[in-house]
Amino acid sequence: MSDSLTAETTKTTGYNGDEVETYVSRPAEDGKRGGVVVIHHMPGYDRSSKEIVRRFAELGYDVAMPNLYWRDAPGAAPDDAAAAGRANGGVPDERLVGDVGGAAAWLRALPTSNGKVGVIGYCSGGRQSVLAACNLDLQAAVDCYGAFVVGTPPEGFPIKITNLIDQLPNLRAPLLGLFGNEDQHPSPEQVNELEEILKSDGKTYEFHRFDDAGHAFFSVDRPAYRVAAANEGWELIEAFFNKYLGA
Amino acid sequence: MCTYATMNTDLDGSAKGPESRWFHVSHGTVYFDHPVHAMAEHTLNIDFTDPTKGPGARVAVELTAGSARELVAAIEAALASAPAEMTV
Repeated sequence: MSDSLTAETTKTTGYNGDEVETYVSRPAEDGKRGGVVVIHHMPGYDRSSKEIVRRFAELGYDVAMPNLYWRDAPGAAPDDAAAAGRANGGVPDERLVGDVGGAAAWLRALPTSNGKVGVIGYCSGGRQSVLAACNLDLQAAVDCYGAFVVGTPPEGFPIKITNLIDQLPNLRAPLLGLFGNEDQHPSPEQVNELEEILKSDGKTYEFHRFDDAGHAFFSVDRPAYRVAAANEGWELIEAFFNKYLGA
Repeated sequence: MCTYATMNTDLDGSAKGPESRWFHVSHGTVYFDHPVHAMAEHTLNIDFTDPTKGPGARVAVELTAGSARELVAAIEAALASAPAEMTV
């Protein structure tokens, strides 16, 4: 497999028919392959998230990452856009589903598509990855330490965010969950609670818990980065996507 | 984690922002969450903004929880040190 790839900014048609800025990366070689939608973390459509997009292309997938703050601040710097999105109340769940669905449709329309699309998200995007997999036709989903898939947000949260317990029966894609045992959001108890729900609902899932790792252990530019957990996590993601998104 | 919690407040003042230009500040956003730049997992973040001038009209600070509390105390102390009639 070649490691040649292209990366660029384009537009995909998201929620409500809106044209949404989307960062895409694709392997240079021909041949049928799966697609991956990357959901960026709350700090935005930033350089580190774009590096993740290119890594999945290097792994052999067509990849798309919609800018979830495009409507809040088109053309702004990623940190300014994230701040504007936050001041506007955050990303509504229905908008997230529409934007991920639009990116998935864009991937499936590519001549290289094998029809299979997975989704992965980090931090707030972990919850949104599960949300997308409960509402869209996806073949694999990865939740990297998403808070509030289960559990109740503290009283008085100014941003209305709900857990996904009532939506989990609709989960229609195999779910890979990667969690740090030192994380409190989600806590190890909440990870166990989520696993119990998936088990009792007969869902296909695979959970991995890492010692000496807390929240955001994949973040290479943050103090939370944990090399061992991140390296193993990447291998697990690679195997999971190969299993469910391969030709 | 992403705390999601955000406090919005109206402000009236000025800030020195992008390209070292002063601009009128009409809005503040305060939240405790992941920083963009500070080397801490979570920080108290404040955005001083003028939404009418676009998302780039922003002065952002990211403070550790301890230093944010010291800032609150310093602000209160500075206000208290001035004659009351000046700070109405």
